[in-house]
Amino acid sequence: MPALNIAYTRHTLPNGLDILIHEDHNCPIVAVNIWYHVGSKNEKPGRTGFAHLFEHLMFEGSQHYDKGYFQPLQEAGGSLNGSTNADRTNYWEVVPTNALDLALWMESDRMGYLLPALTAAKFQNQLEVVLNERRQNYENRPYGFAGMAILSTMYPPDHPYHWLTIGSADDLRASTLEEVHAFFKTYYRPRNASLALAGDVDTDRALALVEDYFGELESGDPPPPVEFSAPPPLTSEIRLILEDRIELPRVYLAFHSPGLFQPDDAELDLVADVLSGGKTSRLYRSLVYEQRVATEVAASQNSREIGSFFQIVATAAPGRTLSEVERAITGEMSKLLAEGPTQDEMDRCMAQAEAHFVFRLQTVGGFGGKSDQLNAYNVFLNEPGFFDHDLARYKQATPASLRAAANRWLTAGRVVLSIVPRGRREMALTGSQPVTVS
Amino acid sequence: MAVDRSRLPALGTEPSFSFPDIRRQTLRNGLRAWTVEHREVPVISAMLLVPVGAAADPADRHGLAAITGDLLDEGCGDLDALALHDALARIGAQLDTEVGSDATLLAVTGLERFAPRAFEILAEMAIRPRLEEREFTRVRDLRLNRLIQLRDMPPALAERAYIRLLYGTHPYGHLPIGSEESLRASTVEDVRGFHAWAYDPRRATVIAAGDAPHARLMSLIEQAFGSWAPSGTTDAVTAVNIGAPPQTPQTRLQLIHRAGAAQSELRIGHVSVPRSSPDYHALVVLNLVLGGQFVSRINMNLREDKGLTYGARTSFDFRRGSGPFGLQASVQSDATAAAVRESLYELRAIRGERPVTRQELELGRAAVTRGYPRNFETADQVGRAAAQLALYDLPDDYFTTFVPKVLSLTEADITSAAANHIHPDRLAAVIVGDRDTIGASLEDVGLGSVSEVIPA
Repeated sequence: MPALNIAYTRHTLPNGLDILIHEDHNCPIVAVNIWYHVGSKNEKPGRTGFAHLFEHLMFEGSQHYDKGYFQPLQEAGGSLNGSTNADRTNYWEVVPTNALDLALWMESDRMGYLLPALTAAKFQNQLEVVLNERRQNYENRPYGFAGMAILSTMYPPDHPYHWLTIGSADDLRASTLEEVHAFFKTYYRPRNASLALAGDVDTDRALALVEDYFGELESGDPPPPVEFSAPPPLTSEIRLILEDRIELPRVYLAFHSPGLFQPDDAELDLVADVLSGGKTSRLYRSLVYEQRVATEVAASQNSREIGSFFQIVATAAPGRTLSEVERAITGEMSKLLAEGPTQDEMDRCMAQAEAHFVFRLQTVGGFGGKSDQLNAYNVFLNEPGFFDHDLARYKQATPASLRAAANRWLTAGRVVLSIVPRGRREMALTGSQPVTVS
Repeated sequence: MAVDRSRLPALGTEPSFSFPDIRRQTLRNGLRAWTVEHREVPVISAMLLVPVGAAADPADRHGLAAITGDLLDEGCGDLDALALHDALARIGAQLDTEVGSDATLLAVTGLERFAPRAFEILAEMAIRPRLEEREFTRVRDLRLNRLIQLRDMPPALAERAYIRLLYGTHPYGHLPIGSEESLRASTVEDVRGFHAWAYDPRRATVIAAGDAPHARLMSLIEQAFGSWAPSGTTDAVTAVNIGAPPQTPQTRLQLIHRAGAAQSELRIGHVSVPRSSPDYHALVVLNLVLGGQFVSRINMNLREDKGLTYGARTSFDFRRGSGPFGLQASVQSDATAAAVRESLYELRAIRGERPVTRQELELGRAAVTRGYPRNFETADQVGRAAAQLALYDLPDDYFTTFVPKVLSLTEADITSAAANHIHPDRLAAVIVGDRDTIGASLEDVGLGSVSEVIPA
């Protein structure tokens, strides 16, 4: 199989900004991708949702270009976006090569000079937009509150994964412009950022441009570390019930699991694939294809920096109960825990894992392209060229190591959430307690 | 060097770009075989385009084209459903099946070294699907379950009601998934008949795009599809007949009640023109000015000025027949009437009251022309682009003439496209929201009286 590594150079400016450059001359475009190592886990209780609200403000203008950031970049033929999760915030543009200067000018201006352009009116407007984003993607969406119910149960109130990145509506409304200033000064610093360029550029010329635009920015103090203590392990099962405007009840099983790149992380990712990757997977085959107790099923290892969760979700088929669904899942899990996967299943999973690694190298930017991946490896591991090592984590896995990982993490302690139609609590798994989220 | 922050830096010289060469052959069985080289990453995409989609569904069998497409991977040739998926997984290949109104597209993307097997599986699915009774029943049940779940999803409810309102019983008046009633009425015999008629090499195109020379890509197609025999005995395939849609719906404002909804889901628009319209390029730019990108008028108004929504956009859904034009947004409930009024204002204003400015024109033109190369980065994207040529019978030089055609457009061209193709007197709307919060406020937004409907 071909080498997966991509050639890149790495430099660190005196102010602490990491710069990663990868040349790809396939298409006359270049991706500019910046990660700030700040996410919703840097928030404090009472101000949840703040990191994401802040991300919105980064598109509203900076001192030397005090207008929306979309217009000049779209006019240059670029696409752009940003996203926030628990661990990081990223911003990217994919532009024709002749707009590299423009993209770097703008990214550096908002990294260095956001605050003079930030007004109460912009803040208020984006607060309303974010509240509408929350309504659209959580409040008005079937099963939209599941994540909040599960994570707020798995993690104690002072743990930074207790809340979702979207945050609480009350917290968002309570946040102030002064807090925006403080957040920017604390986290939006060159030393807390990583800039990756991938595309049709000359490395030396691109590096010189980056030095010009970003070299003048002040380093600032290192941001405070995220304070947390490990969540108490789930020693037994916690059963919850949530009513929603839905017709088909759904069950979620969630387990604590090891953090991103930690031992067992790749194994559990493969376990998820054995369980629900494609129609030949164990849970799909058993629940959806053969027994037909469920209409859909998905398992996933949700890898995050300071602790992950493994989740299985299944929606009951009409006329079938959640206890039938749970029984079917438990049956498959017991078999996997006892016997592990077969070598044949492993071979299939490895072929898919390898293909997915190659597919990810097809694009220079956006969410998940080469520039985004370079930054992910750099920010979380300080090793931008981790591509081969990352795949090696998967290649080293064996049926025995998957079985061992599953037995370490996917056993008794878990949160089991039933989501049922409003007024139909009897459809939940027995022994479930109502949980309140909003 | 000190950075000049007094102004944005000028763009450098525009890089040149040309769409890769498409080589075309017609095999002896009538199949169009196209190849496109894309040599960056060791990946090849194999695509089968059948220009038959949901618009060809019989009136009492809505959903037939989609369930037929869905059944192709439930067993073919020597492989039963699980063996087929096992075979795809073993080569790490990814299968996408898309059934739209006008076409069915099957795409298998995988590593170059497994390409012969990927092509072979794609051909087996298209030519020799098993279409067994038990798999049909299972897949139909899954689709019925999906329809049950869609009842609680505002965007799906709005979309279904909207095209129904615009098109009535016209072939574009239903979603590809069909309805519970029509799916329950369908049988595996219907699927077999539909497959035999629709999946015919004389109307299909196979595209191979990716990391191999043209000759190898072409031989991959020939080996897998060369023996595909035309179905039936007719000399030629029959085309899907898409007649003229109705012009103005009787009702102009439909409300679907959703008690306590946090937002209202909106659709506003009317039937528009086919992909073959000579105004196509002008409409693409018009849409970018009006609602096609972040900085468009509608989004800047509803989101960035007023904060009523996470995002609002418009689109012309270009099809072989006259597809829909529409605005879509999900807006906070207490501002529903205001959002509808602002939307109607923007749709009217761009026709002349507030014509397209020089700056808007340049922004719209630049966004598509300068951003053009971004659309052709992967084998899958290149293959899909070629499929558009096949589906809409576009000329061979389509990709080379696109940019100059867009650049030749003027402000007047765009404003006149708006005047000719946006019809305020024909606009109709569907709103999924809380009747008790918004119902009364909708009576005087300018679309007549509110007609509440209960979704089928």
